[in-house]
Amino acid sequence: MHVRPTGPILPPSNIQGNALMVVIAIMAFLACLTLGAVSMVRATATGWQSQISREITIQIKPSDDLDMEESLLRAKNLALSFVGTKEGMILDDSATARLLEPWLGRGLDLDELPVPRLVVVTIDEQNPPDFEAMRDLLSKEIPQALLDDHRTWVDRLVSMASTTVWIGGGVLVLVFTAMVLTVIFATRGVISGNRHIVEVLHFVGAEGGFVAKEFQKHFLKISLKGSAAGGTIAAVLFLILGAWQANARATPESDQATALFGTFSLGVAGYLGILATMVVIALLTTLTARLTVMRTIDEIDLIRSDPGRSDGLPAS
Amino acid sequence: MIHFENVGLRYGMGPEILRDMTFDIPKRSFQFLTGPSGAGKTTLLRLLFMSLKPTRGLIRMFGRDLSQIPRGELPMLRRRVGIVFQDFRLLDHLTTYENVALPLRVRGKDEGSYRNDVIELLKWVGLGERINVLPAVLSGGEKQRAAIARALMDRPEILLADEPTGNVDPPMAQRLLNLFLELNRLGTAVVIATHDLGLMDQVNARRMILTDGRLDIYE
Repeated sequence: MHVRPTGPILPPSNIQGNALMVVIAIMAFLACLTLGAVSMVRATATGWQSQISREITIQIKPSDDLDMEESLLRAKNLALSFVGTKEGMILDDSATARLLEPWLGRGLDLDELPVPRLVVVTIDEQNPPDFEAMRDLLSKEIPQALLDDHRTWVDRLVSMASTTVWIGGGVLVLVFTAMVLTVIFATRGVISGNRHIVEVLHFVGAEGGFVAKEFQKHFLKISLKGSAAGGTIAAVLFLILGAWQANARATPESDQATALFGTFSLGVAGYLGILATMVVIALLTTLTARLTVMRTIDEIDLIRSDPGRSDGLPAS
Repeated sequence: MIHFENVGLRYGMGPEILRDMTFDIPKRSFQFLTGPSGAGKTTLLRLLFMSLKPTRGLIRMFGRDLSQIPRGELPMLRRRVGIVFQDFRLLDHLTTYENVALPLRVRGKDEGSYRNDVIELLKWVGLGERINVLPAVLSGGEKQRAAIARALMDRPEILLADEPTGNVDPPMAQRLLNLFLELNRLGTAVVIATHDLGLMDQVNARRMILTDGRLDIYE
């Protein structure tokens, strides 16, 4: 005799299950979006930081008894004599004039103004020179020279980047907390809608672990589908924004977006993070389902041991 | 097999629903549990099924004192008892076959090992042609027989049935009674909670009559 293939003990889909899947998808989308944004800001800040820390600047103030060109060359040579420096470049008159153009306008004659001049020295980030020794030597040899290793900027950027990452982390924690609470309420709703199944399983002699396993399987499927949908939408959104940014380079909109958010590119780590978020959400939902079902079973047992709690059950 | 001694039960701070219950249910016995509505029949059945704990007194099931049994062991003990509810409690999304096979499924048995047994049992209760049908399209009598088949699936030592003929017409009630008698002949103890006097008059069996929470037994 033909028997239909055995179906799952819990109905595979119902309105509550579908609603829970949508809730999980939305929460996963928000969590992945936050994670992606944090990773993007962090990458941008790290980029700035490494660009600035790759260079140092020697500033030489003009003075009556100073031969500026000779001092610039000496300063460059002194700097390059240190281990950890790569190359030096003296900013010539036209480059200096370009730097001052926003404040002093075009057609600036540097000979008429006591404008400090700059030497830009590229350093090896992995093996930086001894800045203190370089500073001492420069001030001894050329008293008008000042060494700026951009530490103030780097420190500010580091603190800005870490603040941004902390804020992002905080938002992520809030999103996850909201997600867990939403999932708990939604899961409890679904389980209370299926309480009759828990009771029937209980009456046919199912152990608590078996019932919990059945619900776990059910919720794992729902949460995997929901979190995969939310995570995929977030990943695709980042891909689309990245492609738009790459294609619209040098347009005002793209430049504005880049200045505000950095590059919409997550990298492998970002996408792995999204994947990890999806897995974490699926596991959290499954764990919540397990704990909620175990609690429901405990409640049934509690009614057993305390007949006064048999709310709504027939007493006759 | 089951022994109650001075068992009493109250809900919360209310009056005692059941008082001073002292009785035995021997192996292979057949009895009716009867009494007016609200007398406590379902509550007594729930005590027999271990889904309620008495407020006082001693219950021994299969030779073991219930108060000494850890919670985790109760499912194992419940597997030796089959129960049929007045409202059937079939799962609507499962077919008749799947509903009846449920007790074996929760025990982790492989479907191949019980498929033929389930089909045989369904034929025995007259549902051989309704194997792949969902409960929604079964008649009241068919649902009741499916519920009975589910309770019998793992060959329980005792079958508890709560108003099993409450939702069926007299010919079907007669058929169900014959089913219980046949089952009893095969060695299962049967307790049928009912207030259907016509049904009880058809069998010369022990009667347990509940009145205002007290039990009188007529052998």
